[in-house]
Order: sequence, then structure tokens, then C-alpha cells
Amino acid sequence: MTLQEFFHMGGYAVYVWSSYAIALVVLVANVVAPILQRRKLFVQLARRQRRERRES
Amino acid sequence: MNTPSLSRAFALLLWRDLLLAYRRRTEMINPLLFFVLVTTLFPLGIGADPALLRQVAPGIIWVAALLAAMLSLDSVFRSDFEDGSLEQFLISAQPLSILVLAKVVAHWLITGLPLLIVAPLLGLLLDLPAASISTLLVTLALGTPVLSMIGAIGVALTVGLHRGGVILSLLVLPLYIPVLIFAANAVESAGAGLPIVAHLSLLTALLVLSTSLSPLATAAALKISLS
Amino acid sequence: MLRFFHQLGSPKHFYRIAGRWIPWLAAACAALMLIGLYQGMVVAPPDYQQGDSYRIMFIHVPSAWMSLFIYIVMAVAGAIGLIWHMKLAEVIAISSAPIGASFTFLALVTGSIWGKPMWGAWWVWDARLTSELILLFLYLGVMALYSAVEDKRTAARATAILAIVGVVNIPIIHYSVEWWNTLHQGPTVTKFGAPSIDLRMLIPLLVMAVAFKLFYATVVLMRARVEVLQRERNAQWVRELVDIS
Repeated sequence: MTLQEFFHMGGYAVYVWSSYAIALVVLVANVVAPILQRRKLFVQLARRQRRERRES
Repeated sequence: MNTPSLSRAFALLLWRDLLLAYRRRTEMINPLLFFVLVTTLFPLGIGADPALLRQVAPGIIWVAALLAAMLSLDSVFRSDFEDGSLEQFLISAQPLSILVLAKVVAHWLITGLPLLIVAPLLGLLLDLPAASISTLLVTLALGTPVLSMIGAIGVALTVGLHRGGVILSLLVLPLYIPVLIFAANAVESAGAGLPIVAHLSLLTALLVLSTSLSPLATAAALKISLS
Repeated sequence: MLRFFHQLGSPKHFYRIAGRWIPWLAAACAALMLIGLYQGMVVAPPDYQQGDSYRIMFIHVPSAWMSLFIYIVMAVAGAIGLIWHMKLAEVIAISSAPIGASFTFLALVTGSIWGKPMWGAWWVWDARLTSELILLFLYLGVMALYSAVEDKRTAARATAILAIVGVVNIPIIHYSVEWWNTLHQGPTVTKFGAPSIDLRMLIPLLVMAVAFKLFYATVVLMRARVEVLQRERNAQWVRELVDIS
């Protein structure tokens, strides 16, 4: 099987590769979402702790 | 204070709710009007061809009944929540699920039963044959209590929320799907002269299942919502 | 062993242990996914009926399995949280909802894309696709309820009830939809997946299914860690953690 055949997918390239692309997007989004959320939370908490220290 | 027996508490609460509803009887008409109105919208939307109407009538009437039942749900616990009697139920000596059952039965008598009275009229409007109309009544009698039972869980979960209405529909409507399928199909089959015993026994099974399980879930949900 | 579970109950230890597990789970998931994709996309032969289009199966079927599996996990974890007041179970239940919803969405979209060359239409009211759509609504309901309730502990407990009610209803919904489908549709609709499947197709499918399970385990732990931090934001150990970073 050549590389070209592989990407051609027997004429179903559009369907197969769009499915896999969407799957990739969904999986990556699932990984990225908690990382971003965690970073945001840390920034938020760090700011709060600095403020508290200044006040005390 | 002497505590009344279980059946007496059930009957008292049922009677109280019916009395309250009777004093505000204009409110009872609204879901009914909605039911009729939605059904009349369909011929205007899809055309008044009698053959077409007859074919889609079971689905239309049942979808309209579903929506009407859902819209009236909000009133199951709303006033009791606002005046604090719901919290009294929570700390009363009677099991909460029995009290919940009484409230839901009362609610069905107020909002579900009237649907049965108007339904034949809607059946005539949509040109349903007589066999279908009698089946429609049976399915409504079996199905709308299920809607009230399932709906009570959703209301109990959203009772404390400011904008609970939209969320309530999102929670409750997917759970209504089996009732819709069995009931609308029964009416359709009756119109085609097919046996409907299977549909009706499935609906009865749903009724038994929801009456036995949903008060428990509703009671648990109320305890969480009010904590 | 008992001490291990006891430690898991404490948010601080859970955060630490989960943090240690995540890289291993992620690595295993990535490795299996690569093997599965290689086997599925290169080694497995084209289907004699569907040609190469059936290769969508390697993501469609595992995500459809996961969508149901995660809902059940969510309901069981929710029930454990309700009964034994285990906070960690609540966290796992609530972290599962968006992941499950995304797998359901993926199963729907890939099913629809697969359906286009097979049925000639983007959407067919096939029993499985319809059930999957209803499952998506159930997930969205759970997520909407969770975000609507202000107090997050109350929200987690309310969603647990909803998930349990949903899990009781799923078989009923599935059965009714299947019944409805057989009444309303002729036998023209081809079902996904032949009853006997070539071993070269079955192996990548199973490998992908395990990879998806590992993916869920990885991501749910990541989400649960953030959720734990959020809930414990006033605890001393979280403060120290923030100071270090």
C-alpha cells in the first residue's frame, strides 16, 4: 500500500479523515480544558494570597 | 402533638392541595388552554388535509400533552417552597416520600385529569376515528400520571433555582420519551385496527414503576435542594 | 491496602497520588492508541461491503461504548457520594459529565459522517443514533443542573440524584426507541458492524476501546484534581502549593 492510497481511503477520504480530525479535536480539547482551568485557578489563588499578605 | 396515621396524613395533604387548587381555579385553566392552543397550531402549520392530520394526530396530541404537563409542573412544590411549608414536610414525622406522593397525586388530579376531558375534542378536530379516541383517553389516563411522577423529580431538583424553568425542561423531557413512544404508537395502532395490548401493558408497567420509585427520588431530591 | 483507600479519601493525598498516576496513564493511552490506529488504518483490510469507510468504526464504536460507560460510572460514583458522603466520589462523578458528553458528541458526529456514504443521508433515525442523541440530552441536563446550583456541594448531590434517575431510565429509553424504530422503519437500514467480524478488524477495535478507557481515566483524574483544588482552596496545603508555583 502506498502512502497515496492510504490517504485516499478507497474514495472515502473525506468521511474517514474528517471523522478522525473531529475525534482529535475532541480528545485534545478534553486534555487542554483541565490544564487551562488549573492554570487559571492558580493565578486566581496566587493573586488572592498576595492580597491577603499585603493586608495583614 | 399527636401524629396522624400515614393514610390519614396522605388524605389530609391531598385534600388540602385540592382545596387550594379549587380556590385558585382560574390557574387550572392555563395548561388546558395551552394544550388546545398548541394542537390547533399544527393544522395551521402543516395544512388541513384530513388524511395527513389523521396520520399525525396521535403524535401531535401527545406532544402537546407532554408540553402542557411539563409547563404545569412548576406549581407542584412552588407555593409550598415559597411559604415554607415544604420545610415543615421535611421535618414532619411522616415519611417524606408518602407526602410527596400525595402532592403529586393531587397535582395530577388538578392538571392531568382535565387533559383527558379536552382530549376527545382535540381528537375530533384532527379527524381521529372513534377507536383511536378511546385509546387516546386510555393512554392519557395511564401516561399523564407517569409524566407527573417523573416531573416531580425534576421540580424537586430545581425548586430552589431562580431560573429553574428552562433547566427543568432539559431534565424532564428526555425522560418523557418512552411514554411518548408507547402512548402515541398505541393510538396509531388502534387507528389501524392493530392490537394495542402490548402498548397498554408497557404503559401500565411504566406507571407502576414510576409510582413506586419516583416518590423516593423526589423526596431525596427535596432534602438536597432544601439543605 | 485499607490505608491506601483511606489516603485516597483525603483530598491532599488524592491530589498527590493522582498527579503521580496521570503521566503513566497518559503514556499507556498514547501507546495503545498508536498501536490501535496503526492496526486499524494500515493492517486491517478494507471491508468487502463498506470499503475503507468502515474505518470510522475504530473511533465511533469506542466512543459510543464510552458514552454509556461514563454515564454509569457517573451514576455509581454519585450514589457512593450520596450514601457514604464520600467527597472524592462526588468529584469523580461531576468531573465525568463533560467528558462523557464529549464522547457522546463524538459518537454522534462520527456516526452521522459514517452514515452519509452508507445511507446517503447525514442523519437517519436509526435506533442507536437516536438513543445516543437522547443520551447527549441527559448529559447536558446533568451539566446544566450542576452549573445552575450555586453551592457546589449541593449541586454535586443534586446531579448525583439526576444521574441515578437517568441510569434507571436509560434501559427503558433504549428499549422504547428500539421498539419505535422497528415499527416505523423497514429493514432497509443496515446495522453497524456485521455479526461476524474479521479478527484483523476486531483487534484494533478492542485496542482502541481500551485506549479510550485509559484516556477517560487520565482526563477524569486531571479534572478531578482541579475540582479538588477548587473545593479546598482555603486549605493550608493548597496555599503552600500555590506559593511554590
